[in-house]
Amino acid sequence: MSEPMPQANHEAPPRLPTDWKGQAMQKRISSRYASERRFRLIGLSAIVMSVGFLAFLLISMLSAGISGFTRTEIAVTFDFPKAPIMVDPAMLDSANADRLLSNANLPAVTMQAARTALGKKGEDLLSPSAWVNVREAIKNDPGILQRVETLSLPASTEIDIAAKGDGTEEAETAYARLDEAGLVSSHLNMDFLTSSDATDPSQVGIWGALKGSLLTMGVTLLLSFPVGVLAALYLEEYAPQNRWTDMIEVSINNLAAVPSIIFGLLGLAIFLNVMHMPRSAALVGGLTLALMTMPVIVIAGRNAIKAVPPSIRDAALGIGASPVQVVFHHVLPLALPGIMTGTIIGMARALGETAPLLMIGMRAFIASPPGGITDPATVLPVQIFLWSDEVSRGFVEKTSAAIIVLLVFLLSMNSIAIYLRNKFEKRW
Amino acid sequence: MSGIAIVTMVLGLGIIAWLSARAKATRLAQAGASPVPNTRTETGAHKAVSRPILHSLPVYHGWYAALWVLGPALLFLSIWANVMPGLVTDRVLQDPAAASLPTEGFARSAILGEARNLALGDSNVAFDTRAKALVEPYRQANNFYSSGGGIVALMLAFAGGAYAFTRIRPDFRARTRVERVVMMTLLVASLIAIITTVGIVASLLWESMRFFSMVNPVDFLFGTKWSPQSAAMGYGNEDAFGAVPLFWGTIFIGAIIAMIVAIPLGLMSAIYLTQYAKPAARAWLKPILEVLAGVPTVVYGYFAALTIAPNMRDFAAWVGISNASSESALAAGLVMGVMIIPFVSSMADDSINSVPQSMRDGSLAMGATPSETIKQVLIPAALPGVVGGVLLAVSRAIGETMIVVMAAGLAANMTLNPFASVTTVTTQIVQLLTGDQEFDSAKTLAAFALGLVLFIVTLLLNIVALQVVKRYREAYE
Repeated sequence: MSEPMPQANHEAPPRLPTDWKGQAMQKRISSRYASERRFRLIGLSAIVMSVGFLAFLLISMLSAGISGFTRTEIAVTFDFPKAPIMVDPAMLDSANADRLLSNANLPAVTMQAARTALGKKGEDLLSPSAWVNVREAIKNDPGILQRVETLSLPASTEIDIAAKGDGTEEAETAYARLDEAGLVSSHLNMDFLTSSDATDPSQVGIWGALKGSLLTMGVTLLLSFPVGVLAALYLEEYAPQNRWTDMIEVSINNLAAVPSIIFGLLGLAIFLNVMHMPRSAALVGGLTLALMTMPVIVIAGRNAIKAVPPSIRDAALGIGASPVQVVFHHVLPLALPGIMTGTIIGMARALGETAPLLMIGMRAFIASPPGGITDPATVLPVQIFLWSDEVSRGFVEKTSAAIIVLLVFLLSMNSIAIYLRNKFEKRW
Repeated sequence: MSGIAIVTMVLGLGIIAWLSARAKATRLAQAGASPVPNTRTETGAHKAVSRPILHSLPVYHGWYAALWVLGPALLFLSIWANVMPGLVTDRVLQDPAAASLPTEGFARSAILGEARNLALGDSNVAFDTRAKALVEPYRQANNFYSSGGGIVALMLAFAGGAYAFTRIRPDFRARTRVERVVMMTLLVASLIAIITTVGIVASLLWESMRFFSMVNPVDFLFGTKWSPQSAAMGYGNEDAFGAVPLFWGTIFIGAIIAMIVAIPLGLMSAIYLTQYAKPAARAWLKPILEVLAGVPTVVYGYFAALTIAPNMRDFAAWVGISNASSESALAAGLVMGVMIIPFVSSMADDSINSVPQSMRDGSLAMGATPSETIKQVLIPAALPGVVGGVLLAVSRAIGETMIVVMAAGLAANMTLNPFASVTTVTTQIVQLLTGDQEFDSAKTLAAFALGLVLFIVTLLLNIVALQVVKRYREAYE
């Protein structure tokens, strides 16, 4: 600096050295340190609040849903020899047991036994589908038809809720009476994992929705993975710098940010109304979600391909590989773990997606698991949405239980992605 | 012949072509190589020796032949599958049994559809006797065209294979041809993104145009009364499709309440994680925060409706607000804010991290405490990035559907009271499209107009946000 010092400085009073030990300065420093601590505390509490909210959400879902995996059962004594079952036990070993038993009037037999065992209106304490359990018991051991047998049958929704401590007064007293008689027990509800949607909460299961989800995800993966990877390879390795490439890049980046419900509108307008594909089918759901997942895979794929060092390409080109051989023999295998990670994350997002599937009609009541990708189906998140709308109180725990299943799937997919990333990630 | 059988046969032919063409090329290579002594003929004959003789590796000849078998045949089959139903129907209509069909379109196609289902075995109950009479002609026509198509496809496969097979010669550039097809496939795959975008824009625009031919766009964009039900019940379209209350509800929940939650929590979390937390804690806390973004929105919606909303209503009653709704804007906005925290936090994280270390060091060296450095140096420097992140978060929040469908109400109110019920664009789209499905009513088409508005707004927000972030990154690079 060759400029002369400003004139004003000459007239300023001589500066005293700062008195760090002085009272004013100490006070100032301590207040600055206090503000530092406050700020740090605010940051920590922001984290704690966020994590605490997550914990609150998970714990409240877990506590509300864990009881959905158990069911209350009531012991009912059946006097089979006296019951009007016109079935020869010897015939029941054969394959037509179902047909024989469908004529055996089991619902009436069950009702009668319930009335005898549990008093008047005893059948109201049992689930409407209790006779199915009786049928299964007979099929497992036809011998019980010759003796008096006590079977444990699922209780009605009201009793089930009362057993879990949240029932109506009437149901609570009925449950207390049963409990005193030692008739009730709590069991793991395997039917919840193996049956499909029903109107009565004591009979619902998630298998139908889960199978719909798996079929939909299958279609999504089959379409979005190859297209996504090939598009990523083209854009990263071969695309010339021109207006077309720019347009492709812009549209992929925009598609990744388009709200999911817009994809649902697209599916509704194009796949259903123009192409007349079957409504509510896993095929249409999978197509719609594939369009949504593809940009995610392209973006993840491009990052993974970009991370492969150019020296690999140069080396392969140098010993005479063609550009296609360079990419498919060397770049793609090296980038694959990264692409897989991105794909799993994209698939996890698609698995939790609800809104676009509502648009294409996957919210129908589906009482049997779909047989193929063109059958009407529903998926797990939509099933959760449908159950959350139900008035019956029995659905609350079923909804939370279904949420637990969904979260288990999502968290395990994400953990696999993180594991893959950590195991195969290479720093060049 | 069923479609699957034909496709399987074509695929089988493809495999045969691949194997035989490769074998022929290998033989050519060995024949060419045999006069040359002292080479690795046993182990890697075609690889090591063929190079001077054969232009391409035998496997490329295999692929070349397989492509010639599969390409034309599968292309023909996919066209045929779309053309065939029309041809079958034409042939059935020429049948004498079809003369008795009603000429009116709907009844006619219903009977034809029934006959088709019977003929193909999709159902076995006929409601109309005229359909029963058409089953046999239908089956005949169907068999005629499907076996005809199958035969043509197989002939195409054979012809393609034969053509490719005759072209296998040592100097034939099979690899170049195959790689050209590979490049075409790559290009087509990347064009699907453009096709999707065009599909979205076209379908939204097309259905919106139909809507705007019934409802004045000005009334839609600036009207303040939203009651599509009354329009559906025949009270006319005027005054029923004013979307301003929806826009307000969307902004109120997504851009105001959710951001009041997400910006402070997300920003402070990012600051704590980048500036204060120990690396070990950071390694744990960051993924945990990301789990918040991975929870499906339907779970958040259920949580908001079941746990948060009743508590909010009780809280409002306790404070003394009388008309609190159990579907309050506050419950939906609060939960949406929590969902957005990881987005804000990771964007803020990125932009704080890309502030040059020298700026931070300079401030600390002047005697500023870390919090003073953050507040007076880092945040102002990172501000554009943070703003970009917030814009992206807003675009995400206003497009979010399930939380508001489950926790926000359906009443189109324009209110500033967070305990009252408001409705949003996405809620109404779901509401309009999940009832009856006649596609000519203004009620269902309104959903597409709302979708178009949503699409345009989120697109603009994203473009602006990316521009802001990009310009800011360039400032420090």
